[in-house]
Amino acid sequence: MNRRSILIALAAAALLAAAAFMAVRVMMTPPDGLDLARSKASARGLYAVTIAPEKEPLEQGPLHSWILTLKTPDGAPVEGATIAVGGGMPQHGHGLPTQPQATAYLGDGRYRIEGVRFNMSGWWEFTFDIKAAAGDDRVVFNLAL
Amino acid sequence: MRKRLIPILLALAGLTACQPEEFTDAEKATIASLSLSALPPLPADTTNRVADDAAAAAFGATLFFERRLSRDGTVACATCHLVDRQFQDDRPRSVGLAMTDRRAMPLAGVARAPFLFWDGRKDSLWAQALGPLEDAREHGGTRAAYAHFVAATFRDRYERIFGPLPDLAGVPAAASPLGSDAESAAWEAMPDDKKREIDTVFANLGKAIAAFERTIVHQPTRFDRFADAVAAGKAPEGDAALSEQEVYGLRLFIGRANCVTCHNGPRFTDDHFHNTGVPPVDGLPDDTGRAAGAKKVLDDPFNCLGAYRDGSEEACGELRFMVSQGEELERAFKTPSLRGAAARPPYMHSGQIATLADVVDHYVRAPASVSGHSELKPLKLSDRERAALIAFLGTLAE
Ligand code: HEC
Ligand code: HEC
Repeated sequence: MNRRSILIALAAAALLAAAAFMAVRVMMTPPDGLDLARSKASARGLYAVTIAPEKEPLEQGPLHSWILTLKTPDGAPVEGATIAVGGGMPQHGHGLPTQPQATAYLGDGRYRIEGVRFNMSGWWEFTFDIKAAAGDDRVVFNLAL
Repeated sequence: MRKRLIPILLALAGLTACQPEEFTDAEKATIASLSLSALPPLPADTTNRVADDAAAAAFGATLFFERRLSRDGTVACATCHLVDRQFQDDRPRSVGLAMTDRRAMPLAGVARAPFLFWDGRKDSLWAQALGPLEDAREHGGTRAAYAHFVAATFRDRYERIFGPLPDLAGVPAAASPLGSDAESAAWEAMPDDKKREIDTVFANLGKAIAAFERTIVHQPTRFDRFADAVAAGKAPEGDAALSEQEVYGLRLFIGRANCVTCHNGPRFTDDHFHNTGVPPVDGLPDDTGRAAGAKKVLDDPFNCLGAYRDGSEEACGELRFMVSQGEELERAFKTPSLRGAAARPPYMHSGQIATLADVVDHYVRAPASVSGHSELKPLKLSDRERAALIAFLGTLAE
């Protein structure tokens, strides 16, 4: 190798290292401009969904519950829905550490979601598959811890 | 010519390794979250009505050191959980009546863990204690034998805490559903209500031991003093100071090395299970970790949903909402606390890794798991960075 090719190789290696460094850095923090809204329309627009933790502030670590409020787009409470809960950390490629469930209907379109835990800080997806009279639909919320 | 490039290389490495003087607000918040001062008060354990009873804790301490609580009078909990060794035994794999398949876990702060053992096959401290007592390679005794022993030796202490012992006339000297063929047969031959009475005594021994274990806590370290100073906006001085190298290691730990994703909170554990590609030990039975542990805790008659829990089912959230199947459980093991870790090699669930340098090397390489998927991604760490990480871990052990 002559001097020039060594320098080029070095520069390339430094660039690669810097890129790897950035990649790891970026992986840790939620992406900029992530939609953190806690009220949304479901994917097909069948429902208006709002979620809120039973206790604020949201804490990393302890098992806790959320309240999901399910309405039609024109604001009527949706009763008798079956709600499957899922989610995970897109940047780490793993799911939720627990298997939360909708355990009670509290009236007025409100459902208790029990057994939620976030064991790491970062970007979490919180997904609800909803089956009710108007049809099947899904809504995905982003949380940044 | 090539030799002259080395200084350039070093300068390049120095550039990527440069550290700003001040922590960012996000770093400060993470550092504060790792301090023992951030630990909330120990929650009550309503599944154990004597969890915070002083007499029960004292009785539990006696039982913890009691060698007669074993098949041949040689093994106590303290055989593998040594008081002056962070309640562990410094061995790759523990030895009771025979060598076990796993490394003993230190016990400080253990009352805060939702699941016990490397695979989480127990969901309370009191249920956990019953495991080693009947394990053939640990204490090797039977619940019937323990009931007789307590009646003969500790009747008063037991009865002051738990009320009258059952009538043991007709209860075989050794009987347990988990014992030898003869001991299992003796157990099977017992009437159901007697079985239930013996199981209650057995669970109560666990509850006393758990009351004792609740008092085993982490002591503040140099890192905690440093973190508290940083959180208070003061300059860490004297016994709160960290060297430049240690601070650099801390930055890596909470930053680019990603350690804090799993080793988080004041105990440096997320209380969860992860496959980190730690290789199995040759010659041992296949160990799938949480995959097997999740099934075992669901089947355990002493689990939170079983008949021996005190208080209401409300307390059983961890069990009711636990993930019980799926690829992510395969070879996943509980994230161990890193407090004191620097002072207690070897490492990992079966002592697979001998030194901290080798542990860091494992994280740098991030080897694939023999089954399931390791959550680790390879790291780029220079020798200087590896040494800094290790130096930081040292601040958690003094
Ligand atoms: C033969 C050595 C040995 C004896 C005796 C022993 N242990 Fe252990 N202990 C271990 C090992 C090994 C593990 C990890 C085992 C596993 O994951 O399968 C462990 C794990 C534990 C844990 C789980 C800690 C955690 O963070 O999950 C607790 C609590 C514990 N032991 C308490 C006890 C008590 C109480 C006794 C006495 C009733 C006892 N041990 C007897 C070796 C022993
Ligand atoms: C994906 C989660 C995860 C990440 C990220 C992680 N660890 Fe771990 N760590 C674990 C688990 C799980 C174990 C136990 C694995 C086993 O025994 O199979 C462990 C074990 C250890 C141990 C051994 C402790 C003992 O008592 O055996 C040390 C030391 C350690 N980790 C340090 C680190 C450092 C330093 C980093 C960052 C470079 C790091 N860990 C990143 C999950 C993680």
